[in-house]
Amino acid sequence: MAETTQTPPGSPKDTAFRRMKDLPDAHLMGPGTPMCAGCGGLETVRLFQEILGTRTVFVNAAGCMTLLSSYPHTPFSGSWFYTAMASAPAGAQGVRDALDLRLARGEMVMEEDQHVVVLTGDGSAGGIGLSSTSGAIERGLDFIYLCYDNEGYGNTGHQSSASTPLGASTATAHGPAGWGGQKKDLFALWAAHNPPFVATLSPAEPVDMARKLETALTLSGPRLFITQAPCPTGWHFEPRETVHIAQLAVKTGLWPLKTFQDGRIEHTKFPQPKGKRPPVEEYLRAQGRFAHLFAPKRQEDVLEKIQQDVDAYWERAASAA
Amino acid sequence: MTRQLLTGNEAAAWGARLAGVDYVPSFPITPQTEIIDTLSRWIDRGEMDARLVTLESEHSMLTAAGTAAATGVRVFTATSSQGLLYGMEMLYTLPGWRVPLVLVNVSRALSAPITLEPDHNDVLAARDSGFLQFHASTCQEVLDGILLSYRLAEDRRVRLPVLVNLDGFYLSFTREPVELPRPESIAEFLPPFDAGALNFGGGAPRAQGVAVLGGDTYSFFRYQTHLAATHALDVFAEAAEDFKARFGRDLSPVECHGCEDAEFVFVMIGAFSGKARAAVDRLRHEGWKIGLVRPRLLRPFPEAQLVEALAGRRAVAVIDQNLAPGRGGILHAEVRAALYHTQWPRPPVLGFIGGLGGRDIPYAEFRAIAETMRETAETGHEPPPRLLYTGEELQRFHALRTVAGAPMDNEGEGEGDWNTADGPAAGHGSSDDPATGTSNPEDAPAKPHLETPHG
Repeated sequence: MAETTQTPPGSPKDTAFRRMKDLPDAHLMGPGTPMCAGCGGLETVRLFQEILGTRTVFVNAAGCMTLLSSYPHTPFSGSWFYTAMASAPAGAQGVRDALDLRLARGEMVMEEDQHVVVLTGDGSAGGIGLSSTSGAIERGLDFIYLCYDNEGYGNTGHQSSASTPLGASTATAHGPAGWGGQKKDLFALWAAHNPPFVATLSPAEPVDMARKLETALTLSGPRLFITQAPCPTGWHFEPRETVHIAQLAVKTGLWPLKTFQDGRIEHTKFPQPKGKRPPVEEYLRAQGRFAHLFAPKRQEDVLEKIQQDVDAYWERAASAA
Repeated sequence: MTRQLLTGNEAAAWGARLAGVDYVPSFPITPQTEIIDTLSRWIDRGEMDARLVTLESEHSMLTAAGTAAATGVRVFTATSSQGLLYGMEMLYTLPGWRVPLVLVNVSRALSAPITLEPDHNDVLAARDSGFLQFHASTCQEVLDGILLSYRLAEDRRVRLPVLVNLDGFYLSFTREPVELPRPESIAEFLPPFDAGALNFGGGAPRAQGVAVLGGDTYSFFRYQTHLAATHALDVFAEAAEDFKARFGRDLSPVECHGCEDAEFVFVMIGAFSGKARAAVDRLRHEGWKIGLVRPRLLRPFPEAQLVEALAGRRAVAVIDQNLAPGRGGILHAEVRAALYHTQWPRPPVLGFIGGLGGRDIPYAEFRAIAETMRETAETGHEPPPRLLYTGEELQRFHALRTVAGAPMDNEGEGEGDWNTADGPAAGHGSSDDPATGTSNPEDAPAKPHLETPHG
C-alpha cells in the first residue's frame, strides 16, 4: 500500500495512538446489542466510548442506534438520553448548559463533568435535524457530534435519505439507475459554520479515528464527526464484509478521510493516484444495492459519473494541497 | 411585598425570576416575546442569576428545556400558538421524562387563517399532552400561578411539567397592579429545586428517555404519568391553601363568583372570564340570580369541584374560546361529561363559541346567553351549540369579501370558503357563513346573533 497516513493537524505530537495495539480495549460498551450483525456504525461508537470513557452522555436522535438502550438494558457504561429525531443537538444544549450551571454553582465537581455527545444517523443529521445542528454550532455549543452515515433511513428499511449516493437502490429508489440524487455534503455544510473541528471517519481505520478524536478532545466547542457506516441489511452484503467494504471505500477514493480545522481542510489518508487506485466499481460490485448498475444492463452513464466525481474530487484535493 | 403595574408578560417574567429559575431556553413569538426580552435584560444586567439561550425553534427549545431539567436545574420557558404546536412532539415527550419545569403559553389563535390575536385552540391542543394546565385570568394570577406551578411540578407525588396559560393581548399586553411577594417568603413556599433522580452529573451513569419494547412496559410508564397527574389534584389544593395562608390570595382549582344563590352560571376560563364577571355583576344588579364558574386548573381536571359548583343550577352556559370543527366547544364537552354521573337533576349545559381570534364578547351577548339559559330552563328545550356572530359583523365581512374580489353571493352553496385575497381570480361562489340564515344587516350590533348555523 502506498497510502500515507498523516497525523491530523493540531493533534498532540505524542499521540497515544500510533498503531492498532495502542487502541484502548477496556470493553466499556457491552456486547449483545440489538444492532444488526456487521453494523459499521457500531464499530465507531464502540471506539468512541472506549476513548471518551464513562463520563459521557450520548444524546440520541431517532435512528438505528435508538434501540441500543431499551428498557431496562443499556450497553453503555456512560449515560444515554434519547430525545427526538429532529432535536438531539438541542438536547445536548440543555444537558451541557445544565452541567455548566451546576459546575459553576459547586453542585458538581469537575471530576463529575461529562462529555456531551450527539449520536445520530445521516437521516437526522442531513435532514430533519440539520437546523438543530446548525443552531448548536452557531451558538458554539461545547459538544461532540457523531453521525453514523449508512446512507439511508436504515431502521425503517433503508429509504433514500439526504446521504444516499448516486445510483444506489433503496426502498424508495427501485429504478434501473437507482437513486438519482446526489449525496449531500454534510462535511462541507458543517465546515461552512467554521467550528473548531470536523472530521470524517472510517470503521476500517480505527487508528486514524482515534487520533482525530484525540485531537478533538484537546479542543472545545462544536466538534463534529461523520463515520461511514457500512450497513449489511441496507447495502446488501454479508456482515463479515463490513470492514472490507469500508476499506474499499477509502481505497477507491469514494470515502475521503479528512479534517477541517482553523479554516483548512486536510486529508489524513490519500488513495493512490488515478490509474493506480482501484476503480469505484470494485466498491460498488461488492454491494447488492448497486447490482442493478451491472445487470441486466450495464448503466454506463451512472458508473462513469460516479468515477468522474471521485477523480475530480481528488484532483481538486491535490491542487489544494 | 411591593405593588407594581405590570403587563401579563412582565408578570410571567417576574414569576420566573421570583421562582429562582436557573435556565431559560427561549424562542421569540408574538405575543410571548416580551417575557424573554424582559428575562434577558435582567440576566444581562446581572439582576437575575440564570442562563438564557435562544434556540432555533420551539421544538429545540422544549428539547433543551427537558434535557436541562433532566440534568438537574430549574427550568422556565415560554411560547405561544404556532410555536406551541411546532413543539408538540416534545410537549408530549417531556411529561414522559417526568421533568418538573414550567412552560408559559401566551394564547394566540391558530393558523389558518394566520392571526396574532388570542383564543384557546393552541393551549387546548396540548390538553392531553401530560403537561398539567393552569389558566390565569389576571396578571396577578400569571405570577402566582407560576410560583404555584413550580411547587406543584416539583412535588415528589407529581414530578410533571406544568403549562401556565395567559391570553395574548388581553393579558400579555395589559397592565394591571401586581403584588410581588418578598423573595424570603417565596423561599419558604417554594424550596430550592431538588433534582432527585434527575441528574447526569452525579458520577453514576444513567439512561433516560430509553425505548421500551412491548405494550405492557409502555402502559406501565403511561399509567404512572396519569396517576401522577391525578395526585396533582390534592397537591394543588394543598399548595393553593398554603399559598393563601402566606400571600392571602385564593388560587383554588375552581373559582366561583356570584354563585351562592345563582340559578344560572357561565363557565369560562382565562382573561375573558373577566368580561363574564363584569356581566354577572351587572346582571345581578338587574335582579338576575347568576354567577360565574371559572376553572383555573384544566389538567388534572377538577371534576369534583366543578360538579359541586354546578350542582343545583337551573342552567349552565359554557363559553368556549375555541372551536373543535365538527364537534363544537372543547370545554363544553368536558363539562357535560363531568356532570354525567351526578345524582341530582342535571342542569341543561348550553354551548357557545365566542372570542375566536380575539373577537370581543360584549355585555349584550352575555345577556343574550343568560336569556337563552332562562328560556331553556323554562321550556326544557336545549339548543345546539351556537356561534357568537352579529349581523353587523357579517355585514363587515361582506364588505371585506367585495374588496377581496369575491363578493358575497347569498345563493351560492357548497364550496369551501377560502380567505383568498388575490383579486378577481378568487371569484368562486360563496359558501355558508357562520351566521347565514337569518343574517340581517338590520340586526342591531347590540342584539347578538345567536342562531345556530343551518339551524
